[in-house]
Amino acid sequence: MAGLAPKRLMKELTEIQSKGTPEGIVLLSADDMKEWVFLISVLGEETIYKGETFALRMRFGNRYPIEVPEVTFLATEQYQPPLHPHVYSNGHICASILGTEWSPVLNAVAICITMQSMLASNKKKERPEGNDRYVRTAPSNPKLTRWHYDDDTV
Amino acid sequence: MSSDGENDDFFFEDEYDDASDQGEMMEDIDSTSEPDVYDALSPALEEAPQRKPYDVTWKVKTLQEIIDMQNKEITKIQSVLEVPASSAAILLRHYVWNSEKLQEQFWNDPAFALNEAGLSPPSSPSTRTIPLPQSPSRRSNRSIRSGPSSPIRRTRSVVTSGPFECPICCMEFDQQAINKHTYSMGCGHRFCRDCWTEYLSGKIKSEGESAKIQCMESGCGRIVREEVIDELVEKDISKRYHNLLNAAFVADSPNLRWCPHPNCEFIIECSQAPSRMLNQIVPTVGCKCGHDLCFGCGYAASHRPVLCKIVKLWEKKCADDSETSNWLQANTKECTKCQSTIEKNGGCNHMTCKKCKWEFCWVCMGPWTEHGTAWYQCNRFDEKSGIDARDNQAKSRASLERYLHYFNRWANHELSAKLDAEFYQKTEKKMEQMQNSGNLSWIEVQFAKQAVDAVIKARTTLKWSYCMAFYLKRNNMTELFEDNQRDLERAVENLGYLLEQNISDTESISKLRQDITNQAAYVQKRHDILMDDTLKGYLERRWEFTVDI
Repeated sequence: MAGLAPKRLMKELTEIQSKGTPEGIVLLSADDMKEWVFLISVLGEETIYKGETFALRMRFGNRYPIEVPEVTFLATEQYQPPLHPHVYSNGHICASILGTEWSPVLNAVAICITMQSMLASNKKKERPEGNDRYVRTAPSNPKLTRWHYDDDTV
Repeated sequence: MSSDGENDDFFFEDEYDDASDQGEMMEDIDSTSEPDVYDALSPALEEAPQRKPYDVTWKVKTLQEIIDMQNKEITKIQSVLEVPASSAAILLRHYVWNSEKLQEQFWNDPAFALNEAGLSPPSSPSTRTIPLPQSPSRRSNRSIRSGPSSPIRRTRSVVTSGPFECPICCMEFDQQAINKHTYSMGCGHRFCRDCWTEYLSGKIKSEGESAKIQCMESGCGRIVREEVIDELVEKDISKRYHNLLNAAFVADSPNLRWCPHPNCEFIIECSQAPSRMLNQIVPTVGCKCGHDLCFGCGYAASHRPVLCKIVKLWEKKCADDSETSNWLQANTKECTKCQSTIEKNGGCNHMTCKKCKWEFCWVCMGPWTEHGTAWYQCNRFDEKSGIDARDNQAKSRASLERYLHYFNRWANHELSAKLDAEFYQKTEKKMEQMQNSGNLSWIEVQFAKQAVDAVIKARTTLKWSYCMAFYLKRNNMTELFEDNQRDLERAVENLGYLLEQNISDTESISKLRQDITNQAAYVQKRHDILMDDTLKGYLERRWEFTVDI
């Protein structure tokens, strides 16, 4: 099963290229079958993220999609992670879909849609509790963090 | 299987032949009922000759017996609820093997109970009974009932004519290959077998999951059944899966505990030590591997007479760096200028920091220049800030001294216990010597080994008695406890001394033998008194601790 990820990602890429991505989601780069970056913005007038664009980076392992990809918001000079109670300032995201709730039938675009709706439903711009402590000690790969999912509202 | 039309609605079976495993279950009934009769007659029930009120009874079980226990429960539920064996197993695991609760919930609302346990009705058409592609009538009928559970995306599990593409790896399978190379459970989510294998192997091998492995579809809670896993994964992984299932069963059963000793695969069954009782009993049990353990907390030796909770506190305290910092606080001060830690181990109060050359007074911590010519006495000693600082230090020192008093004694016995093997070896040599030079028979020199047994046993108890004493409140009861402790300590020391004696002199052997035998009996007696009194004390609520138990 060594060749699982490339074939599947190629298929996803072809689909994105032929059918496009949902509104507010743009594939910024997919240079190889290891790392893709999407741009995400929230649609509508209601959102607190109006006019903001975020970069979502996905790193795919060999066992993708059986294994969940490593997903973070980019924290660079150009892009900042969104101010959101589930997003740490280093770009790590606390979302069950990126952990226990991951299913191999999900794909890169599905992750983008989930992130977009997670942002859309948020009403308060704030960092998660304990952000500073987490960011100081966090591993570079968020998959190594043991997340505890306790809030389904945003 | 039930032909009852109503019930049929709830069972959306996975693609698996149930007839065969029902046959197996019938055989299992015979094999599981047998040990019951056997147990009553067998000596497996380990009971002390005279059972004390603080002792517990227990059985040592083999892995096979644990498997039989599960099968027996499964068979029972299978016939009561009229569900297939594999469904019964999934239900039982979900309800943590609480069959009363399971039955109550099931009869209350069967669909809910099945759904909760991960035997959900299909959220998309079932593929069990209808060959692909499915008949349209069936499809519409099912889809009315089931809304998509995942808001994000549905798998394309509705297979229309034409090739099937696995939604995970995107491989295509033509009609002839579908049954051979793809698989879907009762929930109808179809994937290729290679993806299933990869997924299941990963769950079992890297995540250590067993009873809760769900369908690969997002949001589908359907639990993958044992037979399916066995069929789809490699043999060694399937073996690990079953080990994990058994481990989960033992972990879920308050009456079971694995023997914690390395390479021991026995399981202890004990129903008399539920966790609420652990504030009054210390359920030490013996495994067939020859070692003791505590059924209450899994400690890999007897920790009698100390309660499990106190043992935990003690271990944490001993491992905790806080004791080191306590020592630092009690014995050191910081240079007020460069913050280097200084231990003063003699000399006068005029300190010169080795690092920054700052001169200060050890007593009041003020700069030395303010002290004038009072070289050996700090005349600023009575100022309030100085008093407070010194009070804190005194308290910290007293608490440390108290801890060290008990810890040193505890550690001393712990160390002795580690030298057990050496002690036995030395004694064995002496026993040989006695047989050779003293004309004693093998059986006549066994007294020495018995004496060593008594010493080791007493030392273990003494070790824990110091942990106990550390947490006891000072009162009359505690004084009695410490009297008993002291008597045992002395008796053990005397016996240890006798065992160290040289036996070169043939004349003295018989006297030494007499002395050792007597002293060993005395040690045993003192040991039993301390143990008996302490354990009874819990039941009589005689002991008061400085911590909540």
